[in-house]
Amino acid sequence: MPFFRTIWGSSYRTKRFPNYWDVLALFFVLAVITFFAWNAKEMATPYQIGEQMPISLNPKLLPFYAGRTVMRMLIALFISLISTFIFGTWAAKSKRAERIIIPAIDVLQSVPILGFLSVTIALFIALFPGSLLGPECAAVFAIFTSQAWNMIFVFYQTIRAIPADLEDTARMFHLSAWQRFWRIEVPHAMPGLLWNAMASMSAGWFFVVAAEAITVSNQEILLPGIGSFIAVAIQAANMKAIGYAVLTMFIVILIYDQLLFRPLVAWAEKFKPDEQTPEKPIESWVVNLFRRTNLMRDFGVKLTNLFNSFVNIKTFHSSLDQTTRASLRSHWWVGLFWDGLTILLGVSAFLFLAYYIAHNFSLREVAYVFLLGIVTAVRIFILILLCSLLWVPIGIWVGLRPGVSQVAQGVAQILAAFPANLLYPFIVMFIIRYQLNPNIWLSPLMILGSQWYILFNVIAGATVVPKELLRVADNLGVFGFLRSKRVLLPSIFPYYITGAITAAGGAWNASIVAEVVSWGHEKLIAVGLGSYITKYTMSGDFARIVLGISVMCLFVIVINRLVWQPLYAYAESRYLLE
Amino acid sequence: MSEVIIETVNVQKCFKTGDRQERLVLDSINFKMYEGEIIAVLGKSGSGKSTLLRILSGLTAPSGGTVFYRGQAVNNPVRGIGMVFQTFALLPWLTVLQNVELGLEALGIAKVERHERALKAIDMIGLDGFETALPKELSGGMRQRVGFARALVVNPDVLMMDEPFSALDVLTADNLKSDLLDLWQSKKTGLNAILFVTHSIEEAIAMADRVIVFSADPGSIRSELKITLPFPRSDIDPRFRNQVDRIYTLMTTEPQEEKIQEGMIDLGYRLPEASVSEVTGLLEILNAPEHQGKMDLPDLSNTLMLDIDNLFPLTELLQILRFARVSAGDITITDQGTAFVEADILERKKIFSIHLKKYVPLARYIYDQLVRHPHHRALEENFLSLLEDYFSENEAERVLRTVIEWGRYAELFAYDYNAGVLSLENPH
Repeated sequence: MPFFRTIWGSSYRTKRFPNYWDVLALFFVLAVITFFAWNAKEMATPYQIGEQMPISLNPKLLPFYAGRTVMRMLIALFISLISTFIFGTWAAKSKRAERIIIPAIDVLQSVPILGFLSVTIALFIALFPGSLLGPECAAVFAIFTSQAWNMIFVFYQTIRAIPADLEDTARMFHLSAWQRFWRIEVPHAMPGLLWNAMASMSAGWFFVVAAEAITVSNQEILLPGIGSFIAVAIQAANMKAIGYAVLTMFIVILIYDQLLFRPLVAWAEKFKPDEQTPEKPIESWVVNLFRRTNLMRDFGVKLTNLFNSFVNIKTFHSSLDQTTRASLRSHWWVGLFWDGLTILLGVSAFLFLAYYIAHNFSLREVAYVFLLGIVTAVRIFILILLCSLLWVPIGIWVGLRPGVSQVAQGVAQILAAFPANLLYPFIVMFIIRYQLNPNIWLSPLMILGSQWYILFNVIAGATVVPKELLRVADNLGVFGFLRSKRVLLPSIFPYYITGAITAAGGAWNASIVAEVVSWGHEKLIAVGLGSYITKYTMSGDFARIVLGISVMCLFVIVINRLVWQPLYAYAESRYLLE
Repeated sequence: MSEVIIETVNVQKCFKTGDRQERLVLDSINFKMYEGEIIAVLGKSGSGKSTLLRILSGLTAPSGGTVFYRGQAVNNPVRGIGMVFQTFALLPWLTVLQNVELGLEALGIAKVERHERALKAIDMIGLDGFETALPKELSGGMRQRVGFARALVVNPDVLMMDEPFSALDVLTADNLKSDLLDLWQSKKTGLNAILFVTHSIEEAIAMADRVIVFSADPGSIRSELKITLPFPRSDIDPRFRNQVDRIYTLMTTEPQEEKIQEGMIDLGYRLPEASVSEVTGLLEILNAPEHQGKMDLPDLSNTLMLDIDNLFPLTELLQILRFARVSAGDITITDQGTAFVEADILERKKIFSIHLKKYVPLARYIYDQLVRHPHHRALEENFLSLLEDYFSENEAERVLRTVIEWGRYAELFAYDYNAGVLSLENPH
């Protein structure tokens, strides 16, 4: 990009008048501000349950719908960040909080979010009666649940992994807890946090599309957004409208990547200690814009100054020294009481659940739901196997060719971020036309969105296979099957496992929307746990929703514990190349 | 006599090992630090010298005894003590200037003054022109200069340094040392005393007015030496060499050394981190015609370019295995050592195996357990939990890893990494 480089030099430092980049930058900022203001007004529109939000299939309105969808994503991201700071820090600082927060997050990560949507929507509508804020909050909450948990977890892990010498520095200089948080903990966690936020964004798009148009208790709620646009287009069997929506979504994801995450990742490069800096640092034209225009740079300096005063706010200077802290440390019986309370809560929650399920269902029905769980699990297992057979060889082929892999990795990441549920209608039409068995042919939908995780992890693994290993293989004449078995597959194994875990997790979530699909008036149903949950969500049978979700959680957690975690630990200790 | 700045009274430190056991790492440390002196604390790795530094600065609380800083008992990091770290401990996301300002921010000093003082400190330490650089743009030496500027900008009374030059190459370290000494002598810093920890004998003698020699297991003060050589000190000065020899002799006649010589080590002995190939290489040099099986330790250290942290573990293993003897600063190869080094690869393994079984109780214990077991197998966790009664978790792991490496070389036992299982190499 020579164009961006033209103004890079020492002379521009002294220039005070705006350069031509300033004009662009100004437009950029104004557009962002306008966007926020417009959305805030739209969101608080009065609304009654049962009232139909008119969703038009006019493609001219698509940018408006896309804007609404993007806004939900931003709000959810912001809330996730705040909760990350609060709960991540809390878990890292307090042993007692850690013992509750971390296992809770572990479980919440495995919960099928879409299953919960019906429950949370009812709750939020009750909270904000007569306003669209209720369903809006439920949609935002769905996105929030898809990203907050792993952000909190990463933040907690990185805070705990702060190098001991930095901790000592903070203590030797008597930094207050507030200063320590903003000067050491947050910057230290920044790269990992951003990377995770970006990765969970992909899931976020999927959920926002699903959450905008949802049927609860036979009431269809449509929030203005791309998801509703698609839902209406499906009802109307309007192929053209779906095509427009898919195109819009692609553009939106590209913009999101270019305007939000790429700049943030490029900016966060400076938080990494040097040994982690990649050879080719990530570039972003937005960051360059900020760094190279007078106006924006002044703005940046102001921002930095503001941040500095924020860090040094006097009120937060606690003068609590270790001695006073030690004397505040509670007696043993407080710990005992706390432990007792935790156990009591756990036991009563279990009893409540057991009673609720035993009271509402026969053993037969519970067994039936378990059977459905096995059906879905088998489906996911076969899909992962098939996808691996397809993508592992392709991923290795691509990854070993640097030119191809750079392009392919970018494409695979965008594809992974693309909400696959937008593409369901195309496949559904195909199934209907050829009268195919939905129990088999609906299955690929579950993995449609998450298969990319396998691909781009394998590519990532193959690109870092040391060149000398390949040369040794050449030298010894190790080719064909032996080469795959002894050199290639083992070296990508840890990466592949990471990809497969993510893909399987995504597939469980997707099963809720993928096992029941419709096109116009036709409805296809595949037998499985996902369709069970969807069916009772639509009819508003909360007891059965709870049963379905509980069983699904159980499946996900047990499979994680018994299959994925041991596999991952093995792959990491045995095959990870230093 | 000048005023006492820091005084320790019977300072002790224990670390928990295993369930209820404790290991003494520092035992009855008593010393005084006076105004106007530079003290070097010299010891092998693991002798507890860094722990002492942390206790003196208030970062770690002692298990027994008291540290006084200007008459006040130290319980927390003391304002007035500046600290420089081996790993620099700079915040990678802050510029040089912001890093230096950190301590002033914590003091709540207003922005303008903060800026001014930081720039002055940067000036003084020779970092002009690097104010806006990020630490990762700087070389190791420049990074440590930031470390110094950051410690000095808050006008500390005492400067404490934990192996401040050991992460730097020789030239850079020398350059930084002489700059620091110049700064100290010019009295521009307001510092009243410097205390640093090192494992380099030369470094201690080159900089300190007083060297405190530490002995290990448990860490305690072996002796104190006053160094009265005039500055600048040259390490080829015969008086300098004399001091080096004296300290080597002191360090090789520690009570611990006598324990090894008499074969009095037990299961809980901290086996040195030495690899078989390293000690074999050392024996080959000793056995070379020009050395006739005997060398002066300072010479050996120079020849191999190893400091005592890397050299002493090797000599220790050689002593344990009876392949060499160390006394009064000299190392001499034994007959068994000669036999070992002159044998071929397979024969070497045999000799090593015999000595390992005979003189390393832990190796013998593992071997016996495996022989006794019906399938000649045992989980590594069993031995690990045994060692954890003596050491911290990390140290136990290190000791076991070391003995496994020796045992594998000697073909005394085999080890399956994935299963974590030890077994007999050739079950009989």
